[in-house]
Amino acid sequence: MGPARRSPPTAGAAGEEAAAVARRRQGMLLASPGALYLLIFFVVPLGLITVYSFATRTSTGRTALSGWNVESYRAIGDDIIVGIIGRSAWLATLTTVLCVVVGYPFAYYIATRPRHVRAVLLVLVMIPFWTNALVRVFAIRFLLGSNGPASALSESLGFGTFRILFTPTAVTIGMVYSFLTFMVLPLYVALERMDWSLTEAARDLYASGAKAFWKVTLPLTRSGIVAGCVLVFVPSFGSYVVPDILGGAKTLLIGSYIARQFRDARNWPLGAALSVLLIVAMLVAVALNQRSGSGAEDGGRPRGRRRGPGRGVAEPATAEAS
Amino acid sequence: MNRTTRANAGRRHGRGRARLITLGGIVGVASLLAAACGGEEAAAPAAAPVTTQAAPQAEEAEPAGPAAHCAPGETDGDLTFYNWADYIDEDLLAAFEAETGVDVEYSTYESNEEMLTKVESEAAIYDLVVPSDYMVDTMRREGLLLELNFDAIPNAANIGAEFANPPFDPEHKYSVAYQWGTTGIGMSYEVLELLGGESTWAVIFDPATAALVPGGISMLDDAPETVAAALKYLGYSIVDVINNQNEDAIREAGDLLRATNDRLLKYDSVTYSDDLVNGEVDVAHGWSGGFALSIFGAEAFDTHVYTIPSEGGVIWVDTMAIPHNADNICSAHAMINFLTDAENGATLTNWTYYGSPNVASTPFIVDEILDDPGINPPPEIAARLELLPFAGDLALLIQDMHSQAKS
Repeated sequence: MGPARRSPPTAGAAGEEAAAVARRRQGMLLASPGALYLLIFFVVPLGLITVYSFATRTSTGRTALSGWNVESYRAIGDDIIVGIIGRSAWLATLTTVLCVVVGYPFAYYIATRPRHVRAVLLVLVMIPFWTNALVRVFAIRFLLGSNGPASALSESLGFGTFRILFTPTAVTIGMVYSFLTFMVLPLYVALERMDWSLTEAARDLYASGAKAFWKVTLPLTRSGIVAGCVLVFVPSFGSYVVPDILGGAKTLLIGSYIARQFRDARNWPLGAALSVLLIVAMLVAVALNQRSGSGAEDGGRPRGRRRGPGRGVAEPATAEAS
Repeated sequence: MNRTTRANAGRRHGRGRARLITLGGIVGVASLLAAACGGEEAAAPAAAPVTTQAAPQAEEAEPAGPAAHCAPGETDGDLTFYNWADYIDEDLLAAFEAETGVDVEYSTYESNEEMLTKVESEAAIYDLVVPSDYMVDTMRREGLLLELNFDAIPNAANIGAEFANPPFDPEHKYSVAYQWGTTGIGMSYEVLELLGGESTWAVIFDPATAALVPGGISMLDDAPETVAAALKYLGYSIVDVINNQNEDAIREAGDLLRATNDRLLKYDSVTYSDDLVNGEVDVAHGWSGGFALSIFGAEAFDTHVYTIPSEGGVIWVDTMAIPHNADNICSAHAMINFLTDAENGATLTNWTYYGSPNVASTPFIVDEILDDPGINPPPEIAARLELLPFAGDLALLIQDMHSQAKS
């Protein structure tokens, strides 16, 4: 600030400073339980994983913390693993795209309802989260099985029984179902806070409905779309339960492959190296999201009102485990 | 044998369940963390590659000196007994407590790997564990097992000759057989008839034969088991392939598995036997105990049957062993001796519905078990069964073949 600041602090300035220190201390105190928790249960394991990824697997499957090497990282280039990563990326992309296609109109609908209806609809969107994810996946398994209601309905209509269960279609349906909410919520937030007068202005200037949507609504909700895509893509890339339960474990994805390294193969170094790879990929995705989020912000409303969806981005990792 | 007892039969190979629960988030962080902290890790199929002779890859010294000098039946404290889930008649534990006066602290696991992680990390100290064949070999090589004092286990003489000198425990120093079973194919009688009454791996691996099956086909989601099945179909001896480090044969099996993938309805190591009985699949690759449980449970004796293919299959043996860091070694020896007693051994088998390695028990085992060819195969079929040997570094190639198939 001005030169006045540089002069010896007056009594008033000292008091201000002390208050600032106290505030900072208080803040640290408030944050410390969370920080400690993250340190013990996130940073330390992360460090362990990184260390293990450079270790050696003995022929009995024990992880020897010696003979440090990058063999596990080199193994990531193997055809099998590259294929698995490619498949996982494809499925995650497909899931994300479908979630946008299904979720956007849905969020648009909710956001354009009267306030009290919105609240009810939002609760309805959240309700599935009150049930364990595993239970929901098993419910879908029943729905899609050859003895399930979908098949029974088709039979009663004269189309014969069918089974979607254990096909890629079943996996896709299950993935979209599992992650749709992660897409709908940020989209809803973006749409809800959008300044609709801008769309009206576009219409007043003779833009067609579709044109107003493409030129105004869509760009203004871009941050919501990006946030939703990250929230869906990241967990579906590492998805582990859905493909195994609904796909009959016939398509191996990276999440299951990593789990196998820790269990069946007892190849912790490889499992750890792949985990590190995923974490790094995830961080990159989050960083990109944040960057784009700060660029295209806020649908015309004054700043400071952002309840940014971008902030929740670190959470998807745990989404599936809940 | 009442219904409850039957319903409990064969739980052992219900592994896989824990896996679903381990979810572990997208990165497997949880499993690493859990294991690193010595927590529950989970669930891996039991039949991983296994032992047999000291292959070139033997490593790590066999450690652990001989057990303390315990007298037969001598006890030295309360026994912590870590066993497979649903794998003992708890009356036996009560009887042991009454006979010896020591308390038995009994807990259970669902996979060899889960037990191994606990013992290895010393997250808990156990006096007695029940590793399968290949796991005995792994643990012995890692120095995790105590040499047994057979003077304290006179009943070990009751164990049949074919179980008394196992390849996974070459000098028979670390383990005493507990129960055994096989891996083969469960199918509907309808399919068995289509096969001309003879079970064969072709029903899974040969396109023309598999086409005869009206319904779905499932295989275990277990690398060593699927590769072993493919090797058997191709006419290889699993033991020879592993011991000769025959990578080409394993790759050939891998190619076969890959070609088979699309024909399968699913891979499943948990509900395979129930799905067979309820008609979701008509052919299921799986463990004898699981099929016994489901077929007895649903009284599906007339419709479904567990078979060992004519090409042969896999046999596995679970054993009692004492971890290197056990506290109450004499109590553990006393328990091994107690369970290898003729009548107690029969009580065990009459409850589990598995094969008994205890020859002296035979007169006390119910006919239902003795006469079941799925549990006690006739000699000509038994001769074609092989133990999965300890595969060492080949285990990784075997895992890769299973992974590669699923594309």
